Amino acid sequence: MTLNLIELSAAILMGAAVILALLRLVLGPTAPDRVVAADTLTIIMTLVIVGLALLFVNPVYLDIALVFGVLAFVGVVAIARAIEGGRS
Amino acid sequence: MRLLADLFLLIGAIFCLLGALGLVRMPDVYNRIQAGTKAVTLGALAFLIGAALLYPQWWAKLLCILGFVLFTSPVSSSTIARAVHLAGVKPWRARAPEGRS
Amino acid sequence: MDQTSRDPRPSFGHFLFSILVLALLWLLLVGNLALSEVIAAFAVGLLVTLIAGPRLAVLSGVRLSPAAPYYLVRYLAVFLTALVRANLDMARRVLSPGLPLRPAVVEVETGLQSSLGRMLLANSITLTPGTLTIDILEDRLLVHWIDCPPGSDLTESTRAISETFERQIRGFLK
Repeated sequence: MTLNLIELSAAILMGAAVILALLRLVLGPTAPDRVVAADTLTIIMTLVIVGLALLFVNPVYLDIALVFGVLAFVGVVAIARAIEGGRS
Repeated sequence: MRLLADLFLLIGAIFCLLGALGLVRMPDVYNRIQAGTKAVTLGALAFLIGAALLYPQWWAKLLCILGFVLFTSPVSSSTIARAVHLAGVKPWRARAPEGRS
Repeated sequence: MDQTSRDPRPSFGHFLFSILVLALLWLLLVGNLALSEVIAAFAVGLLVTLIAGPRLAVLSGVRLSPAAPYYLVRYLAVFLTALVRANLDMARRVLSPGLPLRPAVVEVETGLQSSLGRMLLANSITLTPGTLTIDILEDRLLVHWIDCPPGSDLTESTRAISETFERQIRGFLK
């Protein structure tokens, strides 16, 4: 579909959000900061993929978004458990 | 109808931006987790509602994504918070002499 | 994660509940209601439930009563308003130049018995105004509160943070 002004600004804001989260991912003084940034980034990226589905009018991207979300969640939890240091 | 959907998409994008901004501005890990999780979760809610208004025939899959995000984002943030807590990081205090920033 | 072993064994009704939820999820993912899909959905639900078998102890926290869906809907309504309020609050904090924060770690008491109920309560607390669940210790939840009033104790923080949710959740989880 063709974007109108509101949708274009929404896309730009999403891009800005991705850049800010990436900034924290790069700057983050400690490992947990980076994990938090990565966690936020995965949710934002899921939304961006849904946005792609809207842009290309193709529902296949929704499946991609869902699988991406699942894998990212597992990854974040795994890294968090690793930071914890093996204790349960 | 399209205008309403676009407004929801815009609100979602704004909350995502606020979440990312909070991630950059907050002083310590715990507050960053708070800002990141909450704002982005509401952003996801608004954005997916907007998507469902734009293409009503996709509601089932969008509902799956929404339920998944609402369910897992607090779980992952709690897991990170617990890891940080067990690693021994103390919460930041305002006006502390050695406040990390 | 090992705390699930303290839950009692699930009853036959809970197995039916699990099959139903899994079938519903399958149908949502597939997105049509053809007869073959419905049959496939229930077959997959049954298969997954049989394989998961004894590990379904988590589900034993679900109250199977006719009134439960009503409480579930009411909980969702309360939860959504709290979510929106939480975000407006957080947006105000993020955007104000002085970063008005008074963070502290407090403890909150819960009367919920099942691990599923506690998990849902912890999730709700995480998504509501200025609070973040850090850990669950027996019947205490460790909560990071972004704007803690000075000198609040256990009962006060319990009342402020978790009481509303706990009352709603109690309707459909043990």
